[in-house]
Order: sequence, then C-alpha cells, then structure tokens
Amino acid sequence: MRACQRVFATLAGLALLVSGIGAQTIQINGAGATFPNPIYSKWFSEYNKANPKVQINYQPIGSGGGIRQLSNQTVFFGATDGPMTPEQMQQAPGKVLHLPTVLGAVVPIYNLQGAGELKFNGQVLADIYLGKITKWNDAAIAKLNAGAKLPATDITVVHRAEASGTSYIWVDFLAKVSPEWLKKAGVATSVNWPVGLGGKGNEGVSGLVQQTPGSIGYVELIYAIQNKISYGSVQNADGEFVRATVQSVTAAAGAAVKNMPKDFRVSITNAPGKGVYPISSFTWLLLYENPKDKAQSKVMVDFVKWALTDGQKFAPDLGYAPLPAEVVKLEMAVLGTIKVS
Amino acid sequence: MNRDTIRRVRSTVVVWLSGLAVLLALVPLGMILFFVVARGLFSLNLAFFTHMPVPVGEAGGGMANSIVGTLMLIGMGALFAIPVGVISGVYAAEFGGTRLATMVQFAADTLNGVPSIVIGVFVYGIAVLPVKQFSAFAGSLALGIMMIPIITRTTEELVKLVPMSLREGALALGATRARATMSVVLPAAAPGIITGVVLALARIAGETAPLLFTAFNNRFFSTSPGQPISSLTVQVFTYAISPYEEWHRQAWAGALVLVTLVLMCSILARLATRRLERLQTGQ
Amino acid sequence: MFKGRELGFRLGTGAVAFCIVLIVAAIGWELVRQSQLSIAKFGLGFWVHDIWDPVSGEFGARPFIWGTLYSSVLALLLAGPIALGIAIFLSELCPASLRTPLTFLTELLAAIPSIVYGLWGIYVLVPIVRSLESSLPESLKMVPLFSGPPVGVGMLAAVLILAVMVIPFTASVAREVLKAVPMSQREGAYALGATKWEAIQAALYYARTGIIGAVMLGFGRALGETMAVTMVIGNTPKISLSLLAPQYTMAAVLANEFSEAADELYLDALIEVGLVLFIITLTVNVASRMLIWKMNRPAVKRKPVRVATPVGEAA
Repeated sequence: MRACQRVFATLAGLALLVSGIGAQTIQINGAGATFPNPIYSKWFSEYNKANPKVQINYQPIGSGGGIRQLSNQTVFFGATDGPMTPEQMQQAPGKVLHLPTVLGAVVPIYNLQGAGELKFNGQVLADIYLGKITKWNDAAIAKLNAGAKLPATDITVVHRAEASGTSYIWVDFLAKVSPEWLKKAGVATSVNWPVGLGGKGNEGVSGLVQQTPGSIGYVELIYAIQNKISYGSVQNADGEFVRATVQSVTAAAGAAVKNMPKDFRVSITNAPGKGVYPISSFTWLLLYENPKDKAQSKVMVDFVKWALTDGQKFAPDLGYAPLPAEVVKLEMAVLGTIKVS
Repeated sequence: MNRDTIRRVRSTVVVWLSGLAVLLALVPLGMILFFVVARGLFSLNLAFFTHMPVPVGEAGGGMANSIVGTLMLIGMGALFAIPVGVISGVYAAEFGGTRLATMVQFAADTLNGVPSIVIGVFVYGIAVLPVKQFSAFAGSLALGIMMIPIITRTTEELVKLVPMSLREGALALGATRARATMSVVLPAAAPGIITGVVLALARIAGETAPLLFTAFNNRFFSTSPGQPISSLTVQVFTYAISPYEEWHRQAWAGALVLVTLVLMCSILARLATRRLERLQTGQ
Repeated sequence: MFKGRELGFRLGTGAVAFCIVLIVAAIGWELVRQSQLSIAKFGLGFWVHDIWDPVSGEFGARPFIWGTLYSSVLALLLAGPIALGIAIFLSELCPASLRTPLTFLTELLAAIPSIVYGLWGIYVLVPIVRSLESSLPESLKMVPLFSGPPVGVGMLAAVLILAVMVIPFTASVAREVLKAVPMSQREGAYALGATKWEAIQAALYYARTGIIGAVMLGFGRALGETMAVTMVIGNTPKISLSLLAPQYTMAAVLANEFSEAADELYLDALIEVGLVLFIITLTVNVASRMLIWKMNRPAVKRKPVRVATPVGEAA
C-alpha cells in the first residue's frame, strides 16, 4: 500500500508540473465534419508551426455534431458538409457565418469483376437506391455503358449507417434528379433508406463494397482513391459523363459563383456547366459573427484568412479541390464583419 | 453398462468439453491478437511514444498525448469508482435482505446494461453543458460510472462467499462490524475483487463512445483536468475511419499499445493477488 | 440491536451504496426528460411501430428492440456454456502450471477495445461468415432461420462478436466465484463417492447465485455493446428471424445517429430509444432477481447437493 501511495503521488506531481507548461498558449476547440479532417489537420498543424502559441484542436465528430456543439457553445467553431437549416440557425444563440474552405466530391463505388469503368446518371443511381433497379445487367445501366460486360448479378446496395454529411451530399443530388427519390426518401444527413446495408463511416462503406461482389456504394473521393476502389463517372446537367477530379470539382463551384448567396449556403450538386462533376459540395467552417471570446475570434479570423490563401495549396495532394478565386474574394469581405475586439 | 460407468463417462466428457471451451475462446483471441500485432507492431517506434499526432504526409507522428490521456482518464475514473464500487458491494453483501440492498443490486445491474453512449450523453448533460467545456474530468466521470457496476457486482458476490465462520471468528474476538469487514472479510475476498477491478479497467480502457462528448479529444498534449484530453481509443477511432494507410498503421499501433497497457494492469493485479493469497494461506 | 458503531458502519456504507441508486435514477430521469417530445407524439406506439424515418418524422423502435434482444439472447446462449466451461476448467480441472497463463489469456479478450473488435469483425469475421453462409446447403436455406442472401454482415456476425466479447466477463467472474467455494463442499462430495463432474456440480450449486450474477454481467454487456455490433450487423431496421439478415440494435442506432440528429423530435426519439433499452434492462434484471430468489428460497445456502448414488447401492 505504501508503495502504491508513493507512485500515485509522483504521478500526480508530474501531472501538475506538466500542466504548468504551455500555460501561455491559446487553445481553441472546434468540432464537425469528418470529411475535411485530413486537410484541416494539415492546416492546423502548419499554422501551429508558424504560430507556436496557437493550438487549434479540431475533432471530427460529424457535421451535425459540430453544429450542435457550436450552438451549445462547448466549442468555438464548427465545420459541416451540409449547410445549417433555418431551424438550426435560429436555435444558435448568435448569428453564425458559413465560410467555405475547400471542395469535395462524392463518388459511386462498385465491385463488379471485369466491368471496367462504368457510367452512371442520376436517374439510374436513384433507381438503384430506390430498389427499382436490382440487377447489374438492367437495361438502364446497359444503355449508358454500351459494350461493357454486365453480368446478371444482384446489386447489393450500401449506404451510410449513421447520419453524415457525405450522405447529405449524395441524397441532395439524387433528390434533384429524381422526383421519386425526393418524395420517398428526401434530403437529410440520415434518411429512411428504401434498400441496402448500412456501413459505418466512409471506411465501413468502402470496406463492405470491396468485400461484397456486385455491390455499389458512395464515398468521398479520397476514400475511393486511397483504397483503390473502382468508381464511376456521373452524367452532369449538361449531359457529359464526368469523373471526379480536382478540376471537375472546382469547376462545379465556379459555375455556382454567379448566383452565390451572400451567406454561401448553397448546394452545388448537379451544377450546370462544362466539365462539372455533379456530386460536388463545399465544406464550411462555422463561426459566430459576434462571439464572446474576442481573442479567440481574432485568432480564428487570421487563421481562415491564411487557409483561404496559403492553405489552399495543400488541398490537391490530399484529394480536395481548392476554392475558385472569386469565392475567396467574397469570403474575405465577410471575414471582415466578424467582431475581433 | 452400470450406473457407475455412466457417471464416470459423463465426468470425463465434461472435463474434455470444458477444456474445449477454453480452446474455443482462445481461437478468436489468437486471431484478433495476430490481426492487431501484424498491423501495429512495425509502426511502433520511439517517436510513437514521444511525439504528437502529425498530419498525413509527414513522418514521425506519435500518440504520446493519447497514451498519457488514457492513463489519466482511467486513473481518475478508478479513483472514484473503486471506493464507491467496493463499499457498495460490501453493503449489498453484508446487509443483503434490506430494501436498499435490493435497490443497489438492481441499480448496479441496470447501470451495467446502459450503453456507453447513453452514459456519455448523460455526463455531457451534467458535467459539460453547464460549464460549456469539454474536460478530462467529465471523461473520467463517464468512465468511472461505467466501472462501478462491475466492481460492485463482483465485490458483492465474493464477499457473500466468504464463510460465515471467518466473520464470526472476528466478531467473537470483539471486533466491530466495520473492523471485521475491513480486516477479515475484505482481505479474504480481495483476490476476486481485484479481478473485478481489472475487468472493469479493461472494459473502460477500450471505450470510445462515452469519451466523444465528454473528454472530446485533443490534438495537443494536455494533462489539465479541466481541458479536453486525448485518449487512445478516440484517436484510434479517428485514424481508423480515415482513408489514409499511414493513419491506419498508427491506429493499429495505438490499439496494440492499448491492449498491452491493459495486459500490464492485469499482470500487476495478478501479482498482487498472488501475494495476498500467499499471505492468507501462510506460505 | 444496532450499536453505535454498527449503525455508523451501516449508514456509512449504505450512503455510498445509495449513490449508485442515485446515479441510475438520475440517468433514468434525464432519459425521460429529454424524450418528452417523442413520448408525447407516439406514446406507447413507439414500442411497436416499425418505421424509422428521420425525414418525415415518423419513428418506431420495434426493429431495434427485436435486434437487441435477439442478438443478446443468442450471444448469451452461445457464450454462457463456453464461459462456464472455461470457469470450470480454470478453477477445478486445470493443472497448476497452466492456470496462470490461461487465466491471463481469457482476461486478455476483455482487454481488446470494442473498436478493434469492430474492425477485426469487418475485415476478418464478416468474410468468413459470408463464405460460411454461401456454402449452406439449399435445403437449409428454406428454413427461415437461414434465409436470405449471404452478405456476411448481419445477425450471425453480430452474435459471434458479442459472444466473444461476453465470454471473458462471465468466465472471469464465474471463475472467481467457483474458486471461493470452500473445499469442504467438494471434499464432502468426493467422500460420498462422487465423480469429478458430480463434485463440480456441488460447487456450482453452492455458487449458483454468483454464477447467475456472472451471466447477468455478460448479458448486460451484450445489451449495451455499441461499436463492435454496429460494424458487423448491417444496420438495417428490419425485423427478421434469419441469422443472415442485416438488422439493427438500439445501442447501434443511438450511437450512429445521435451526433447528427438535427431537429428536436429526432433527438428526442433517439433518447427515447435509450429509455426503452433502459427499461428493458431493468425488466431483465427483475426477472433474474426473481429467479435467484426462487432458487434460494427452499434451501439454506450451505446445504450440499445430494450425490448421484448413495454408497453401497448397486446398478
């Protein structure tokens, strides 16, 4: 018992000592979407190297989680793949600004031996997810993929088990191209999926698809690339079949710039234009316009300015598309309205 | 075949079946350990234990903050769970028939069945929301609450099994109830209680969900109880659901460290138990 | 009857023990309080309604209740005998040299984080289950228990993983309980000519409430397990008898949808799922307590069980 007490006292002493170090640094907590976590962690790390007194601690707990914690004021900033709804904005104790940071894409992945690269359009994808198309050699799929070897296998549909921004982007697109989807399932981070298995996280979905022959799913582009899963091209509003690349995703945002709302809360799925990838989306950082802690506010504003300029160069390597210059310009103006003192 | 032979055969069959049961349990254990070690061993290096996490593409990241964080969370949680659990178990065993004892037994069993995420949400409501701050303290509170039912139940069952003769002997020598319990009954039941504590520690060391909304997580090194703190489980979870092979390797290394940590706790407990048993039987 | 220090001891320990009751009551209270909207809207129908639709605001918990109970009961049926076997082996039959390492190993199963179980499940267990399911003979596929496409994720994978997670808990507690049975019990049985198994039966009888406690501990674990289950069960809210079908549990849906639940009704419905699980756990505990009470009633705890053949009686 005596030895136990001594060990404990030493540990407690060490803990107190260590917690004393670093008392002058300013730590800011943020939470939100998992999708931009890789680029955000790069940004916060680079920013910390340039400004050692600034520690920005971001945790990917999910878009909705980020919104909720921001409203509860347990974190200073949030991050989301799907813009806040009017009800959510009303529940927040202050005005919340949406600031786009990068662009991402959701791609249809599939596991079909010998099929090569497949083409899809919104209607076909919606019908597959509605359970109306059940076999790979269905006429609708064959029509888009003349010459491809499509077996008579059953399609195993995979979706996200939990609520997620990725799902939001996917169903947002489906609802725009299929009125039946809009009616039957709707648009939300979690819907009542008519058919399919639920995989946990992007990782769970890619894992299930990789291991289940004849399956189809949807994941963020970076997951398909990193796990080397086949993903198809999707027909955009102009009729072209486009694969998700950095260029085609940035093009989707460029097309939306003309009608960009002042608060940046816009969906860019199924955007018109040449070379546009139709299942693209902004991901936003959420900041209060007039937060209580002005010191943290100043730090965050400085950070976002850096992220929108110097930070963008890190995006393509990590599988994200940088923002078009016009959007950055509009954002800088909005950043100026945040109270920092 | 006479009845004696039947009985003997039955006995032999049971002996073999129980040995088989042990083997059956060892198969998944072997598979999982192999899985974790094969993927995690080669990512373990000195940097892992001394550095903070780094973004993708940079070399030399580590989980030093998570290791310290997990130790702190488990330590703080155990600090309040062990006394509460043991004392409650003693009460339930010693005063078994009373209404309070029955309520305590119910409560402990129910608490054991509450999903870890519900406990996390509960602690979020009482310890995070009112102060608008995620903290290591809240995390350890959630973990401690999860430990209590296991410790209580084990303590209760083992104290009940201590023979009445031991208690009566102590009381006959003039000890008070409290003294008899502290000096005679608890030490007799100690080996089993320690097993219960180790089980509880193992259980919470591997939990993620209750920490997500209480201790949050921390990219940076922190040992302050009032600030968010990193933990091996949450960090492993975050890495595992990412798309990068590097982060996956870090996740496996983290899982390996976690399992080793709990194994060490178990070894220490086992040594302590053996010492106690030797003291009791006078070897 | 209560001397001063006696009373102090009783009050002191009682007060601490009461804290547990307080915590559980507080959790129950919070669960009720935060699910008001959902309770008001759906009432008792929540328990029997089959649809879970966050978009249209229609919520029913029956698929999850089914999934949780089905998976936990099956897991217990699988894990219980194995855990008991392990406990018996380690406490009664094991040669002393093997005892410590084997005890370690079985406890090690409890040390593995549930997230690692989940990942192992999805990468190793599910493919194995899938090939098992694919190789089922056609005749067996007719039985509702085995119907459905062999996707791998589903009830069977969940039951297997839950069983593996439950075994170390039940086995460890049961082992400790059996170790604590006085040798006199077994010696008495041997003296009466019992075989090894019959002597073990005597010990088991003596320790029966402890064994039930160990089983209940395991059952509670199975009911509340979240991470590992959600990765291998398929997360589909449909009720099915088939082991091959993807299903959903209460803990899994709560964990999956909680952080993203947008509107108040959705959040409250999720919390009500937690409340339902809470009530079910309470009910199961009541049932097991009554079982223990019935088992204890006629006999005094220390009465040794009667051994098979009295000495001298021929076949």
